[in-house]
Amino acid sequence: MDFLIQNILNALQWGSFYALIALGYTLVYGVLRLINFAHGDIFMVGAYIAFGISGVLLGPSIGLSPLWTFVVAVPLTMALTACVGVTLERIAYRPLRRKGAHRLYVVITALMCGFILEYSNLAVLGAERLKFPELIQKSIWHMGDVTITNLKVIVIVAAIAVFVLLNFIVTKTKIGMAMRGISYDKFAIPLMGIPIDFIIVFTFVLGSAFAGLAGLLYAMSYPILEPFMGMLIGWKAFIAAVVGGIGDIKGAFVGGFLLGFIEVGVVAMPGLESTYRDLFAFSILLIILWVKPTGLFGMPQSTKI
Amino acid sequence: MKGFLKSVGLLTIMLVCSAFLLAGCGDDAPKTIKIGFNLPLTGDIPEVGEGSKNAAEMYLKDINDAGGLEVGGKKYPLEFIYMDNESKAESATNVALKLIEQDNVIAIIGPNSSKQAVPAGGTCNDNHTPMISPWSTNPNTTLDRPWVFRAAFLDPFQGPVVADFAAKKFGAKTAAVIFDVSNDYSKGLAEIFKSSWEAKGLGPVVAFESHGTKDQDFSAQLTTVIAANPDFIFVPDNYNQVALIIQQARDLGYTGPFMGSDAWGTPDLIKLCGDQCYNNYFSTHYAAAGAKGATKVFIDRYEAAYGSTPADYAALTWDSIGIMIEAIKNAGKVEADPVAMREAVREGLSAIKSFDGITGSSKFDAQGDPIKCAVVVKINDKGEFVFEESVCP
Repeated sequence: MDFLIQNILNALQWGSFYALIALGYTLVYGVLRLINFAHGDIFMVGAYIAFGISGVLLGPSIGLSPLWTFVVAVPLTMALTACVGVTLERIAYRPLRRKGAHRLYVVITALMCGFILEYSNLAVLGAERLKFPELIQKSIWHMGDVTITNLKVIVIVAAIAVFVLLNFIVTKTKIGMAMRGISYDKFAIPLMGIPIDFIIVFTFVLGSAFAGLAGLLYAMSYPILEPFMGMLIGWKAFIAAVVGGIGDIKGAFVGGFLLGFIEVGVVAMPGLESTYRDLFAFSILLIILWVKPTGLFGMPQSTKI
Repeated sequence: MKGFLKSVGLLTIMLVCSAFLLAGCGDDAPKTIKIGFNLPLTGDIPEVGEGSKNAAEMYLKDINDAGGLEVGGKKYPLEFIYMDNESKAESATNVALKLIEQDNVIAIIGPNSSKQAVPAGGTCNDNHTPMISPWSTNPNTTLDRPWVFRAAFLDPFQGPVVADFAAKKFGAKTAAVIFDVSNDYSKGLAEIFKSSWEAKGLGPVVAFESHGTKDQDFSAQLTTVIAANPDFIFVPDNYNQVALIIQQARDLGYTGPFMGSDAWGTPDLIKLCGDQCYNNYFSTHYAAAGAKGATKVFIDRYEAAYGSTPADYAALTWDSIGIMIEAIKNAGKVEADPVAMREAVREGLSAIKSFDGITGSSKFDAQGDPIKCAVVVKINDKGEFVFEESVCP
């Protein structure tokens, strides 16, 4: 029983990262019908920004305590990562959109942007791995044989909070209504007097800011940074978003946790080698897509985001 | 006018072509002795490539400042060509091919890690180029490959060393292993450890868990390991993964000891892992703290030049170059033709029966593998690697 609960907690933490990243994919796709393949690398940039910020804040010239560093680093990381996302939109996606390029070319551009982020990081900071400082005094709570750290709780709570917030923005606010409008018909929407560029920038701000938050929390949980850390997790989160029904916020959230649970479940299953983790995980996801090709919450030609 | 232009164009093409042809000529005597290095300068273990390169640069400077290497009464300057294998198996074979075919090196040092050394060893053997791997401990690197040699001891020796030490030091009856399934080194050593632990009748290996190279979350594997309640956990992994595994195991409430292998032995381990790695043990090739003689001289010079303590791969690279230099001297003369020179160097290598290096003295067996001692190192309260005991075959 303890073994089961422990693995559920492990899966919740691991799934939280998939969910946080998948939310960014789904937001951008929902509005622009664009698969932003650079999103995993924006997550990586977020982790590096968090590293830089905490290095400066903890450093001798400012000398904040680790806890205050964490408090300041969260909004600062989110803001700066949002700037990176918006920059990508401005220099890469908007010119293509203006010229009416086919969606395929925008997706390829996104892939390139991802590589540019990865390799410019490699060129600037080198291949050496970085150690993220400990910002929160870690306490380990024991309940019988089950252990949980305060960091794990923060990660899980953050993922749920982000989901609730995004769901609120998209379904209950005016700007959310505009986002859904663009998703429905991006040619008619400007005629209604809605500033389409502003809404798209806002979407990138939201998606990238939460990727930055995910990067910060990830760096705190797995405190070793390298330029390619966003690649694999980004792809997997994208798959999670597709299985959940890309373009749907609930779908991204559920898909992220689903993938986390399957991955941890395969490894924890007695008699099943952990070697089979990805093989089993993705076979299960494939079966889900066979049964429901639009994803769990997706609808054909969905208008939701 | 058209005809004139045509003839000028033709002339230019002919000139360019003849320039290429002429480049192939030149005098027959070789100007330098070229040795290639197949190193992981980027990728999973960049610190390993950097350390090896630093040691090689030191050696190169020593020889060339003295006017070059004396072979058969004539001095030849050395030329080292460093290439990055990105810590990947497929890049390592590409680098080996490039060094052999494009740079015409007479011999190759590296790759370091078995993951790259096993496939690159095959490439070098097929292309009849002598290769020495400084750090690879997997038996397959040199097995049935007359052109491939190494400077490190083997996993079939290291595995039992770890098992014996853990049984004695921790009084362990049960062991658990967590390893990287896509890394020849990690997988091979984990399996050898398991069989030697069980062969000694010490008790069972209660958990034998694997993970992938790019994994960062090991909590599911570790939950299984900890639920099996082992007396210690053996982690034959690269230092970057070790740092994450130990931290996550402690988060999951494991308080027992860890035991590592020679891939732990880099200063980066302490940088990434911090005090959570303190007071654990690993088997390795040499211990920097408390070294004597030539080893101490090497360590002091390295520290003065690069500001950090040389790890085992740096020391082993130094020894590999030493072995290679001796082989070239044994060859007796330097041939202009790289193919003939490679043949002579290989003969020179197999003529070496024993070698006194800074990582200890070793005798070579028929496979080109050295028979040498291992040391067990403790990570002390300050994060230094301290000599604990030496185990000889």
